[in-house]
Amino acid sequence: MLIKRPCDIKPSEITPQAIYARRRELIKSAGLLAAASVAGIGSGPASAQAGAKLPAIRKSSLSTTEKPNSFKDITSYNNYYEFGTDKSDPAENARALKVRPWSVVVEGEVKKPKTFGIEDLLKFSLEERIYRMRCVEAWSMVIPWVGFEFNQIAKQVEPTSKAKFVEFVTAYQTDTMNGVRMPILNWPYTEGLRIDEAMHPLTILSVGLYDQMLPNQSGAPVRLVVPWKYGFKSGKSIVRIRFVEKQPKTAWESAAPQEYGFYSNVNPDVDHPRWSQKTEKRLPSFFANRKTEMFNGYADQVAGLYAGMDLKKLY
Amino acid sequence: MRRLSERAIGAVKVCLFLVALAPLARLLLGVFVFPEWLGANPAEYITRSTGDWALRFLLIALAVTPLRKLSGWVWIARLRRMLGLYAFFYVVVHFASYVSFDHVFDARAILEDVVKRPFITVGFLSLVLLLPLAATSTHGMVRRLGAQRWNGLHRLVYAIGPLAVLHFWWMVKRDLTEPIIYALVLAALLGYRVQEKWRQARAVQPTR
Repeated sequence: MLIKRPCDIKPSEITPQAIYARRRELIKSAGLLAAASVAGIGSGPASAQAGAKLPAIRKSSLSTTEKPNSFKDITSYNNYYEFGTDKSDPAENARALKVRPWSVVVEGEVKKPKTFGIEDLLKFSLEERIYRMRCVEAWSMVIPWVGFEFNQIAKQVEPTSKAKFVEFVTAYQTDTMNGVRMPILNWPYTEGLRIDEAMHPLTILSVGLYDQMLPNQSGAPVRLVVPWKYGFKSGKSIVRIRFVEKQPKTAWESAAPQEYGFYSNVNPDVDHPRWSQKTEKRLPSFFANRKTEMFNGYADQVAGLYAGMDLKKLY
Repeated sequence: MRRLSERAIGAVKVCLFLVALAPLARLLLGVFVFPEWLGANPAEYITRSTGDWALRFLLIALAVTPLRKLSGWVWIARLRRMLGLYAFFYVVVHFASYVSFDHVFDARAILEDVVKRPFITVGFLSLVLLLPLAATSTHGMVRRLGAQRWNGLHRLVYAIGPLAVLHFWWMVKRDLTEPIIYALVLAALLGYRVQEKWRQARAVQPTR
């Protein structure tokens, strides 16, 4: 069946995307600025929120050369259950998320526990990382993240020899998150990695998308990105990072252990009990047009982490 | 309202026919004219939406008899066939989108899915069970089968309804709100029939 799609450029997109995407921010920030000046609150660059431009960003050889999805596709089709379970819910509801002030507590089995303000995180040297993103639901996108390697955080806090795993705890704002009233998952949403996975150069903390600050529905102001694992492993809106000795219990693993394992590496040979993982839809395609690759195509870099492990059992 | 003229029933049928096409029209417009209507994953949108409408028409068709008995609007029974056929129609589009978008006509992968995955199995089963009902929906077939056999055959819908809701229930990843709503509506519609049966059974019992 031939499905004709209209030409790529719609009249609505002739307005430059950056301005179009920021229209609400432009209006809001005008209001906020006025309010802040009345209240006498300074608004430095650190208070800039989603939509604000990021400074010059370095390119990375770890980026894929595949064509990224549009900003609109990436930010209108999201799984962020704290803001509703429909893919279109987060774009609508996550506007309420309070992203300033924001700090990330790093603690546990470390010599120098530290709390990073979002301002501190934005001072890391930022890189563009264009990664494939494979959702456990068998669709995929290509996303130009902006961020820095997680191992830079580790370097500052100095994990001890007892630190075998890293737990990531995400935001739980009962007043802004309409989805957490329902016990769909154990809130706050928690994820985890083995320490060598966390320290891998592909594992990043992302603070931006394209050339701007991370939109709220994408996990503002700072999120994890682990490109060789299913998307849900990349926790959004992170508030706490704990270096621990024991393997942490993660949100989806607690919810449905027979369907979601701790590792959740992209693996075409291990089906989800309810659907095959052999192929995927590279959005916005209609058809399951790609064979899913082992470790989402990052096998050359990460396969070594799992040498000798039975990935059918440790899915 | 209790009785309508033939002409009025004809007009209601034409209206219903057109209204029931609206979900399809919206999808076609989304595919060919307004891609933003279907979002970043248009195939999923089409599969979900046609599945939703199949289930809705099935429940609406199942609501005809209780509604007729409760309201006394005898004429709405005349809409039942069209509602049932629309349920079948949206099931076929739903299945076609799954076959084409998700599996790109790979017969082996589809067969594997049907055998291995319970939610696909029950969905496929409800499609198969709908086939004889759709095939015997004409006046001619009612006559050929005879009212009693025809009625017996069409009781299959009491299995199809629960299978379809189960298909939705098992498909959902985590948030069961919607499947629960459909299940409650179905339970009410089937529960009404059970209760009617009881009432009739008691009414014919000889009193002592």
